[in-house]
Amino acid sequence: MIFDYETIRLIWWALLGALLIGFAITGGFDLGVAILLPFLGKNDIERRVIINSVGATWEGNQVWFVTAGGALFAAFPMAYSVAFSGFYFALLLTLFALFLRPIGFDYRSKLPSQKWRSNWDIALFVGGFIPALIFGVAFGNLLKGVPFYFDNDMRIFYTGSFWALLNPFALTAGLLSLSMIIMHGAVFLQLKTVGAINQRCKKTVAIFASITLVIFALAGIWVANTDGYHISSSILHNAPSNPLVKTVDKGTGLWLANYANCPMLWAIPGLAFITGLITLLLSKFERPGWAYISSALTLAAVILTAGVSMFPFLIPSSSAMNNSLTIWDASSSLSTLSIMFWVTLIFLPLVITYTSWVFQILRGKITQEHIRLNDHSAY
Amino acid sequence: MITENVVDLSRWQFAATSLYHFLFVPLTLGLSFLLAIMESTYVMTGKEIYKDMTQFWGKLFGINFALGVTTGLTMEFEFGMNWSYFSHYVGDVFGAPLAIEGLMAFFLESTFVGLFFFGWDKLGKGQHLLITWLVALGSNLSALWILVANGWMQNPVGADFNYETMRMELTSFGELLFNPGAQVKFVHTVAAGYTTASAFVLGISAYYMLKGRDAAFAQRSYTIAAGFGLAAILSVMVLGDESGFTDGEIQKTKLAAIEAEWHTEPAPAAFTVVGFPDQDAMVTHHALEVPWLLGLIGTRSNDTPIMGLSEILEKNRLRVKNGIKAYAALHELRNGNKNDKTIAEFNSYKQDLGYGLLLKRYTDKVVDATAEQIEMAAKYSLPRVAPLFWTFRIMVVCGIIMLGIFVFAVIASSIRKCRQNWLLRASLYMMPLPWIACEMGWFVAEFGRQPWTIAEILPTFLSASSLTELDLYLSLSGYIGLYTVFLVIEMFLMLKFIKLGPSSLHKGRYHFEIASGEAL
Ligand code: HDD
Ligand code: HEM
Ligand code: HEM
Repeated sequence: MIFDYETIRLIWWALLGALLIGFAITGGFDLGVAILLPFLGKNDIERRVIINSVGATWEGNQVWFVTAGGALFAAFPMAYSVAFSGFYFALLLTLFALFLRPIGFDYRSKLPSQKWRSNWDIALFVGGFIPALIFGVAFGNLLKGVPFYFDNDMRIFYTGSFWALLNPFALTAGLLSLSMIIMHGAVFLQLKTVGAINQRCKKTVAIFASITLVIFALAGIWVANTDGYHISSSILHNAPSNPLVKTVDKGTGLWLANYANCPMLWAIPGLAFITGLITLLLSKFERPGWAYISSALTLAAVILTAGVSMFPFLIPSSSAMNNSLTIWDASSSLSTLSIMFWVTLIFLPLVITYTSWVFQILRGKITQEHIRLNDHSAY
Repeated sequence: MITENVVDLSRWQFAATSLYHFLFVPLTLGLSFLLAIMESTYVMTGKEIYKDMTQFWGKLFGINFALGVTTGLTMEFEFGMNWSYFSHYVGDVFGAPLAIEGLMAFFLESTFVGLFFFGWDKLGKGQHLLITWLVALGSNLSALWILVANGWMQNPVGADFNYETMRMELTSFGELLFNPGAQVKFVHTVAAGYTTASAFVLGISAYYMLKGRDAAFAQRSYTIAAGFGLAAILSVMVLGDESGFTDGEIQKTKLAAIEAEWHTEPAPAAFTVVGFPDQDAMVTHHALEVPWLLGLIGTRSNDTPIMGLSEILEKNRLRVKNGIKAYAALHELRNGNKNDKTIAEFNSYKQDLGYGLLLKRYTDKVVDATAEQIEMAAKYSLPRVAPLFWTFRIMVVCGIIMLGIFVFAVIASSIRKCRQNWLLRASLYMMPLPWIACEMGWFVAEFGRQPWTIAEILPTFLSASSLTELDLYLSLSGYIGLYTVFLVIEMFLMLKFIKLGPSSLHKGRYHFEIASGEAL
């Protein structure tokens, strides 16, 4: 199978979405669990139960994030350079927070001191909270548009400030991602625990599933009433990547244009609402396994909703609209996209297979008994 | 405006974070293999002590691994954050191996490392052994792909500049993968990792023997480390020599700078053992030379001359001039003037486009560069010699010392009772050497490539992101502050568990447990 340039660009847009969704579904629950750690674990042994529910798998989950970064670099290098240098401090903050996780998980229970352990609990909380919030804030800012332009040599100049990233809309998006990640974490924890913690999880799921649905609806109304972007000139879907040869304009509600053009797409936000509700119910009626699947679908549907409304934009520019990056003019060359497609086609299913096998081996509840028996080897 | 300071700070930051990352990487690379060897021995002989060894050295592996991952996260995103023009200019080529590294290696290593620690009771013996081998395979595959990426920066093959997209694009994935620069780099670097882990295990085992603790455990660990280490250090040296030879073919400037070879000598050239390189005068003072040696290493022959720096300078002057023509044609093309004549003109000079870009350091109007500016750009195209000359020699000396100690360690451990104190002490004090050698090695490789990020294609000063000095002061101090705290914590835990030794496994068989009666 040889694809033409247009098709392979579309495929890569989808693959990138798949990697992000993969991270949200796997990495999402361990971020959520880390956020819940100080609140749902009332004493050291309960906290160790919580930590060990993700102890053996968080590391592999994080690779979805690393790989999504690498894939963005390989498939849409301009988007990688604009986003990461433009959101410099946001990313730096995320990185600094993520640093706390490997050492937090690994070092916390290596010493018996209570002070040592409670400091690491705070570190783990920060390591979950900040990234969960910032991922949403970043998405919110993409929807609003990012102030950047290219010069004649295609050098990138960012003209905004860090504080401008914290606008009300982006913060709302941040709260959305935070609450859905907490929901997802609580569902997972409910699946892995028994007794008191398990009951606390149920309440948490109910609260954060509701918050997620409310904010999602609110954000939808907001998007309908703010400016979206739109390519107003023609654009060749298979031309060499050059983001300087199109014209783009802004208009209220334009982010919903794709939904208007193809009403079937409304099924995606619809799915988010339905699965969100189902998650709540399944958790309430003690079906955490199914609740986990339903919660994963909610996350996927929310991310897809945002992705579809922006399509084909990757990063709209608010200050030099014509320089906006779209999947048609910010991608790698045809040969790189094709080679990377085949590599992904082989390795991604392989990854999913062995990851499932590992989860299979590690299935089952983590109990206080388990921690006592493995006092010196468990996290 | 991207000032000179922004570029320098970005370089300091990249150097600091990557050298720091590489404090942990070599131990992971090598120790994962040693763990696999120890566990294989356990599975084959059924002796519990080998399981204890796997678990104890595995504990230390875990402490190190956590920081390897922490610091690696920075590296993955730093290209976009701090080198955004670099990322745009070469992402089409360079991004691919980085993404493959994630898909093929990081997933493997990180998914199974959890099972390595927590799967002892959940898996059969053979299954667990398989997991351990997969972790080792994953970490070594990650080195392969990152070094394919890095090797391409040193020797950019299989790619071509496209004026329509204003960047380098991949033309041959095969050439990228089988780049000779990447191949030698990979083998030299992983062998350096094996050496590092062997020196680590050797030194700590020697410490237990000196203290008279856990003799059986320490003796066995010492023996495995000595054997593996000797093989590793021999490979490092042979493959290091191979790196030098490859440099002679593909990175002539770097080789000449490492050797302070100022002028082309009649073949075979002499090797300068020590001396004081003087860049302005282009001579090495007080040089101690071994005749012929350099020629033999660099060219594997006695009649091919090695090009000296002054000849390279002369060539580069011409290339800068051609670069101006390439740049002029490129701008015609970018302005829409795509006639055949301009395209032909561009194609005939484009291999020197990078040299034209060097002029941007001195003038915005590359096309109107003065003779003086051309001269400055040509001078700038050579790396600074003295730091390279010395760091390279430090690496080699570390290697020679370690070779000596590993040889004695193998002899001593094969004659069972032979446990001279001097050798144990030497094994212990040798521990920092592999780390020093690795850091020096990366310095040679990266500083020797300057002033380019992509050799002869993209200058470093153009590669940086358009950040402000304040941005960089903040991020650099953030990294340094956090990394320092992390290192202190890591060293504290490492030392604590090293001192506890296998007693930390609470198996009831080891020194402190027997001493405190816990075994009873
Ligand atoms: C895949 C690419 C890549 C890889 C694997 C490495 N580097 Fe590198 N290195 C670069 C890509 C790069 C770079 C982006 O190209 C830099 C930044 C500025 C520059 O000149 O090159 C660089 C600079 C740079 C410098 C500063 C040189 C200078 O500015 O004069 C040092 C000391 C190192 N690196 C060291 C390392 C170490 C210890 C590495 C091992 C982890 C390493 N590099 C891996
Ligand atoms: C400058 C380029 C580099 C980048 C972008 C990079 C990126 C990363 C990342 C993101 C991780 C964490 C992966 C995880 O979450 O599991 C990591 C870990 C690792 N890296 Fe690097 N790395 C670089 C240089 C190197 C080099 C040169 C080597 C070896 C030759 C290397 C070997 C490893 C290994 C073995 C690990 C596993 C964890 C550990 O080190 O303990 N890396 N790297
Ligand atoms: C006789 C001994 C050695 C020789 C001749 C040698 C040679 C070299 C050369 C020429 C390079 C630069 C490669 C390039 O940039 O093209 C290099 C890099 C390097 N060396 Fe060595 N080396 C020796 C010993 C060691 C030892 C003992 C270690 C560590 C244990 C080590 C670790 C490294 C590392 C990590 C690099 C950077 C990666 C690379 O470029 O391959 N070397 N070495």
